[in-house]
Amino acid sequence: MADKMALAKAINESLRRALDSDPKVLIMGEDVGKLGGVFRVTDGLQKDFGESRVIDTPLAESGIVGTAIGLALRGYRPVVEIQFDGFVFPAYDQIVTQLAKMHARSLGKVKLPVVVRIPYGGGIGAVEHHSESPESLFAHVAGLKVVSPSNASDAYWMMQQAIQSDDPVIFFEPKRRYWDKGEVNPEAIPGPLHKAQVVREGTDLTLAAYGPMVKLCQEVADAAAEEGRNLEVLDLRSVSPIDFDSIQASVEKTRRLVVVHEAPVFFGSGAEIAARITERCFYHLEAPVLRVGGYHAPYPPARLEEEYLPNLDRVLDAVDRSLAY
Amino acid sequence: MTVESTAARTPRRSAGSKAGTTGTKRTTRTTAKKDAGAEPQLVQLLTPEGKRVKNAEYDKYVAGVTPEELRDLYRDMVLTRRFDAEATSLQRQGELGLWASLLGQEAAQIGSGRALRDDDYVFPTYREHGVAWCRGVDPTNLLGMFRGVNNGGWDPNGNNFQLYTIVIGSQTLHATGYAMGIAKDGADSAVIAYFGDGASSQGDVAESFTFSAVYNAPVVFFCQNNQWAISEPTEKQSRVPIYQRAQGFGFPGVRVDGNDVLGCLAVTRWALERARAGEGPTLVEAFTYRMGAHTTSDDPTRYRGDEERQAWEAKDPILRLRRYLEASNHADEGFFAELEAESEALGKRVREAVRAMPDPDRFAIFENAYADGHALVDEERAQFAAYQASFADEGGN
Repeated sequence: MADKMALAKAINESLRRALDSDPKVLIMGEDVGKLGGVFRVTDGLQKDFGESRVIDTPLAESGIVGTAIGLALRGYRPVVEIQFDGFVFPAYDQIVTQLAKMHARSLGKVKLPVVVRIPYGGGIGAVEHHSESPESLFAHVAGLKVVSPSNASDAYWMMQQAIQSDDPVIFFEPKRRYWDKGEVNPEAIPGPLHKAQVVREGTDLTLAAYGPMVKLCQEVADAAAEEGRNLEVLDLRSVSPIDFDSIQASVEKTRRLVVVHEAPVFFGSGAEIAARITERCFYHLEAPVLRVGGYHAPYPPARLEEEYLPNLDRVLDAVDRSLAY
Repeated sequence: MTVESTAARTPRRSAGSKAGTTGTKRTTRTTAKKDAGAEPQLVQLLTPEGKRVKNAEYDKYVAGVTPEELRDLYRDMVLTRRFDAEATSLQRQGELGLWASLLGQEAAQIGSGRALRDDDYVFPTYREHGVAWCRGVDPTNLLGMFRGVNNGGWDPNGNNFQLYTIVIGSQTLHATGYAMGIAKDGADSAVIAYFGDGASSQGDVAESFTFSAVYNAPVVFFCQNNQWAISEPTEKQSRVPIYQRAQGFGFPGVRVDGNDVLGCLAVTRWALERARAGEGPTLVEAFTYRMGAHTTSDDPTRYRGDEERQAWEAKDPILRLRRYLEASNHADEGFFAELEAESEALGKRVREAVRAMPDPDRFAIFENAYADGHALVDEERAQFAAYQASFADEGGN
């Protein structure tokens, strides 16, 4: 029974299901209760599950994550919301120093099943600190898992799996895709959380992306098809771990790879993918792995963000450059 | 890292020794520190001379303490100090990489630690060796991280004693979250969060005060103000006495003589009772003194004088309880002699356990990085194993 729903609604339904099926699941964050979140992702949950389980917190991100750690130690499974990507840094210490390491420090005796939800990325014309893509800063930290769905169905199921994970998961939600609709089948059997998916098969070049850039890559593939080029699009879904096996399999077929993300290219996830795929596929590659992403500059004012973010033409340009080798 | 010579200048006293009896007349104005604002109150039930003083508010919390329990408190403090001294020696001998001594803070830790029930939960810093002792954590377990064989390693849920937290103040938020969970569960246990005067400046501590107040969490914030955050005196952290900060967050704060084990026991019991009764958080500031260096890497002669230390020696927490026990005939020579023998046996056991502590297996690097596993960790472990195996052809490694 598949329903068509917006990505934000899919997360809402997934959180509702988790609250319903496990009394230890809690929702915490700024404005997540009565208001239902600034993007309404938690809309109606406090009304139905009460203030003890859907908790409006003080406006203190370190406090939100720090108390979530304590609640997890007590046996709860907190799902915390950081209101915007650029607001996560007050909590960065608790996430990196405490949340990521406690399982190892306790020699495996402590588990911290905490999900940190972060609406991320640009393209919505927001003010400063509301459009950033800090996923690499978390993927770099052992002990954390980092995922980002690109569509409503994945958003629903990846949230279920993130909540069930005994590891802390940083769940990056592509805010510019919150209103994109897709089919969600709550009866389906989902694939593994950290497995990439081929969303379009092709032979000439692989476009690898996650979160908000998957849709762009599909549009790029459509445009390229009009010029007779057959591109494969890979939705990575997970940034830590990265499903290198799936990228390798695709690149061994297409022999060319372009990685696309909104985050700055410098030290971005594309750099890690380029290095590892070059190592794995050295004799298969016809061109160096190319990357398209943000520049090494602060995220610009909204009127300039279309220049800063990867768009159809910039990705097509990278495709041309790759195919020119 | 500073020179490794300071603890050698710090005379360690074995349990119950007479050291420190000189200067016992100096009872007040013992530090150069002055608090801004109102003259701070100080709860004290046992004076430095070992005299029991009445306190209308807090006496009832220790009214039932028997002579045997007093002797137990004394024993706890003596054994904790002996363990601490042994650990410092082991660092000097190269068996530990570092040690953070609690010398001088025994009463604050034993008094508060013995106020707890088994089902209460402790969130320590890295110096709560006395509290660990009260919780029944084997002292040798505390030494793994200081030897460098693990980063903690005891089971926090085994004794409701969380791992040591090195980044100061972070654990106060964990304590608050845990206490919020207790309240959700409808349990009547409580949480105690330890931190120091230095950590009181951390944003996380302020946020834990906010969260615990807003959610009325059953948590006791136990600040051991030992006057020094490495080289910085408390006036570099606060213009008001630390306990007075609680008022702005909407819960009570109290300063207790941190070298008075009875006072610490009474005040902590009161605070825990409030938590259990649903009255929310309390801040206890135990006014004490770090007699030794910050850690074995620190050199306190660079930032403080001997007079200050001598003045605090006169207020030694163990000495004052011994005086009280002797004056009230609650303990005889046999007790003290037996305890000295027990202390030496503890020192020997700790020494032997540390020397026998094996280095971890090299593959421990990869263990427990994740609870549910991670493809990259698996890949790197396999690469590491292949690299190690490559030495086998050369006759082993």
